[in-house]
Amino acid sequence: MNSYFLPLIVALPFLGALLPPLFVRRGRTACAWSAALVTAAALALLLSVAAPVFDGDSLLFHYDWLPAYGFSLTFWLDGLGLLFALLILGIGLLVILYARYYLSEQDPMGRLYAFLLLFMGSMLGVVLSENLLLMMVFWELTSLSSFLLIGYWKHRADARQGARLALTVTGAGGLSLFAGIMLLGHIGGSYELSVLLASGDQIQAHPLYPATLVLILLGVFTKSAQFPFHFWLPHAMAAPTPVSAYLHSATMVKAGVFLLARLYPAMAGSELWFYLVGTTGMVTLLLGAYFALFKHDLKGLLAYSTISHLGLITLLFGLGTPLGAVAGVFHIINHATFKASLFMAAGIIDHESGTRDMRKLNGLWHYMPHTATLAMVAAASMAGVPLFNGFLSKEMFFAETLHQGWLGEWNWILPFGATLAGVFAVAYSIRFIHDVFFNGEPIDLPRTPHEPPRYMKVPVEILVALCLLVGIVPAWTVAPLLATAAASSVGAELPPYNLAIWHGLNTPVLMSVLAMVGGGVMYAMRHHLFALHARFFRPFDAKLLFERQLERVIAAARWLTMMLENGSLQRYMMLLLLSAVAMVAAGLWGRPLGGPLAPGEVDGVTLVGALALALSAVTTTIWHRRRLVALIQLSVVGLVVSVAFVRFAAPDLALTQLSVEMVTIILLMLVLYFLPQQTPAESSGLRKGRDILIAGAAGTSVALLAWGVLTRPYETIGDYFMEQSIPGGGGANVVNVILVDFRGFDTLGEITVLAIAAIGIVTMLRGLRLPTPDTDADGRPWASDRYPMILAVISRPLLPLALLVAVFLLLRGHNLPGGGFIAGLVTAIALILQYVASGTAWTRERININYVRLTAAGVVLAALTGLGSWGFGYPFLTSSFGHFHLPLVGDFELATAMLFDLGVYMAVVGSTLLVLANLGKLTLTKREATEGE
Amino acid sequence: MALLVAIIIGIMVACGVYLLLRARTFPVVMGLIMLSYAVNLFIFAMGRLHAEVPAVAGLAGDTSDPVPQALVLTAIVIGFAMTAFAVTLALRASSELDSDHVDGDGGRQP
Repeated sequence: MNSYFLPLIVALPFLGALLPPLFVRRGRTACAWSAALVTAAALALLLSVAAPVFDGDSLLFHYDWLPAYGFSLTFWLDGLGLLFALLILGIGLLVILYARYYLSEQDPMGRLYAFLLLFMGSMLGVVLSENLLLMMVFWELTSLSSFLLIGYWKHRADARQGARLALTVTGAGGLSLFAGIMLLGHIGGSYELSVLLASGDQIQAHPLYPATLVLILLGVFTKSAQFPFHFWLPHAMAAPTPVSAYLHSATMVKAGVFLLARLYPAMAGSELWFYLVGTTGMVTLLLGAYFALFKHDLKGLLAYSTISHLGLITLLFGLGTPLGAVAGVFHIINHATFKASLFMAAGIIDHESGTRDMRKLNGLWHYMPHTATLAMVAAASMAGVPLFNGFLSKEMFFAETLHQGWLGEWNWILPFGATLAGVFAVAYSIRFIHDVFFNGEPIDLPRTPHEPPRYMKVPVEILVALCLLVGIVPAWTVAPLLATAAASSVGAELPPYNLAIWHGLNTPVLMSVLAMVGGGVMYAMRHHLFALHARFFRPFDAKLLFERQLERVIAAARWLTMMLENGSLQRYMMLLLLSAVAMVAAGLWGRPLGGPLAPGEVDGVTLVGALALALSAVTTTIWHRRRLVALIQLSVVGLVVSVAFVRFAAPDLALTQLSVEMVTIILLMLVLYFLPQQTPAESSGLRKGRDILIAGAAGTSVALLAWGVLTRPYETIGDYFMEQSIPGGGGANVVNVILVDFRGFDTLGEITVLAIAAIGIVTMLRGLRLPTPDTDADGRPWASDRYPMILAVISRPLLPLALLVAVFLLLRGHNLPGGGFIAGLVTAIALILQYVASGTAWTRERININYVRLTAAGVVLAALTGLGSWGFGYPFLTSSFGHFHLPLVGDFELATAMLFDLGVYMAVVGSTLLVLANLGKLTLTKREATEGE
Repeated sequence: MALLVAIIIGIMVACGVYLLLRARTFPVVMGLIMLSYAVNLFIFAMGRLHAEVPAVAGLAGDTSDPVPQALVLTAIVIGFAMTAFAVTLALRASSELDSDHVDGDGGRQP
């Protein structure tokens, strides 16, 4: 069996959606052909595997995707799936032909066809999926593609609003359906239909069955526009008419009732099912039929008629009888044919006369007799006139309403409601024909109507021919398809039924006659009814209500955004810090703060250092408005921190902190040259108080955290590194070995960030114009001695010494405190000292290094060192220590780590000087320029 | 000792946070630096403070924990890069916007 055809059939439209936008450049006909050929190919594939399905077989394609979650790529072609796939592809083909002539020159045709094909693929996915989770994905895709198609004329506000409304309603229903399916999968133990359909009794006996049913029905009712969720469908008529014909009458809105038919064996038959599905169907049937009569818009009439017929189908499934399901499936077929052709006819009338208002459209018979004939046949089918297909399913429907027995002495309500809906259906069908094609002369139409292009009528002709064929000789046309589809929906042997036109004089026939006569009378009295309707029925627009709610939601979102994101960094900082404090507080809440360990003795030196640290930190803050003073205080904090590292036996950190401290302070001094020396006093007392509170809370929470950790016992992974350092990394300085070996990849990332930051800074400085003050903040001129001689004289011999220290630190780093970071910083400081002492020009003449290249070379060298281990068959950045030991080279393993550290060194020197030298240059531009004058 | 270190770190964090909340770029950058010091000390302290001997293999005695040190070492250098980036941004902003207010508008807007 060619079961792999199934995923192919679903995938074809998705892939084919790429074609129309490409082919539209070759003309509109080529564009339509590309879409039509894709559809025809899928249809041919479908037909090639259809034969066994008619024999009661089914086709299954299974591929495990996420078996742990019950999610599999399973497609299933049985009778019901085949029926829907045929409808989707067959009507899709006709709609593609129709749309070719419907769209005007200005409409982007490629996009419409692409969307249509996307929708087609999604819809095929819904009807062919065997796994319900998979079906859910396609279900959501139909909502999305429907959104795109309704909003196709995106310049029109009603199209955008209609699209939004449809997406919100069907999307919300989709979420509910998803929840229902999760529950169903939970109850049934699987998401596969094959399992679920066989365990109907188990599902209906489960206590979660009512919740599951309600959730699934919410999805069904929103999708199939059932009351009270029907209101989106009339607004979806803002879509181009081919879309309305295809999605909003023939296929997508049938997805809901498809699911009713699909899950029928698993979910149907209970009393709850009857009351929920049956009542909703009945109410929708009547309401839709009533409103359809009073619509003056052609498409509005058809939209409400569609709602009514969907209600009819829902009601049929709600009855919970096998024959009801047969009638439901039959009506799905019939409704798709006559309603699609009616929509197309309405589109032709709109297209050729320029309006859809039935108060203006009159007497079109003289202008387009051919179209009128086609429309009349389809409308007769809609009204349920004998010899047309709508009659057959309507007779079955009438018969079924007589045969149910859920309501006891209220049983008569169903046939009564059905007949009443029939009366309305006849009335609005007559209105569709009489108002448009007869009833006097047209009233100021925008265009003089005439017959449409030949091929625009072909799809309508085909559908109308089907209406007649099914209506006259059902046994020779639709019977096998109906039988197999209905059988697979019910999931059991079907009771005998007869598709004959005449069953003898019985109650359903009487109901039909009643509906015909009543409908005729109602139409004759329409002017009185319109007046009554206008008097008693206030126009209620769901769209307005929806848009108003939407505006309210948007206003609330704006307000919240303004509260959180008002453009002020101070506000963000406050919110961020408060959230951090709140999280720490929440984490610490209700736990003992301190641990069991003794806090340890404090020695005098440490105490003095701690006091110095606290004092300088506090004075930095107190004096922060006098920026230079605060900066000096801040540098004291940094220095004491590096002393603290020495105190707690971390010489690497102390060296790094010390050198970074110098670079940072030089950097800030440079920056301060351009910025105001004082911070204006602008914070209010209240603001200060608030900030002190936040700062206090933040400080307290961090202190509590530190206290909590330090008083608790700990296990470190550091012991592993201590033991493995020499055997695994070939070095005794464990901190350095971690940096260049164990966690070398992290370090590579870090020097890359460093390089990126430096390059970003250079880019920001490029073209920067800053006012260079001539005096300091107190109005004193700058010192005339720009490069003090003592400093210059001392700094020059210092350079080689400093470089020597750097090399020493770099070389010994692997075994004793030192390494690439520290050596790089020491080198950078020595070079910066030259810039400070002797000026940029002087230094540039002597040390002409391209710092960008140096940085890049450092990062590349480190990366290449890592890559080098690949050449020896080891993972990235593996230390080659111990793996190969060449007699002449000796400790080769040391050399690779050294290379990496050299890369770090170069990157650090390069990026530090890149920042400082470029910033320093800015201070010179103006002064040197003035000196040169 | 634990109490003292916790209090000192808390004071530094509080000072850093207060400076971060100021309205002008330069104090904010100073706050950032102060906070970096505090965070570095905090991470370092996570390796405990009883050590007498550096984390060098083969040395006898109570060695310090090398893991937080390696973390802090790179953090110090990256912290410098961040500071440099922040001040350059502040410079650029004050040049473009003619104000060193963090909101870029001299605090005129409420």
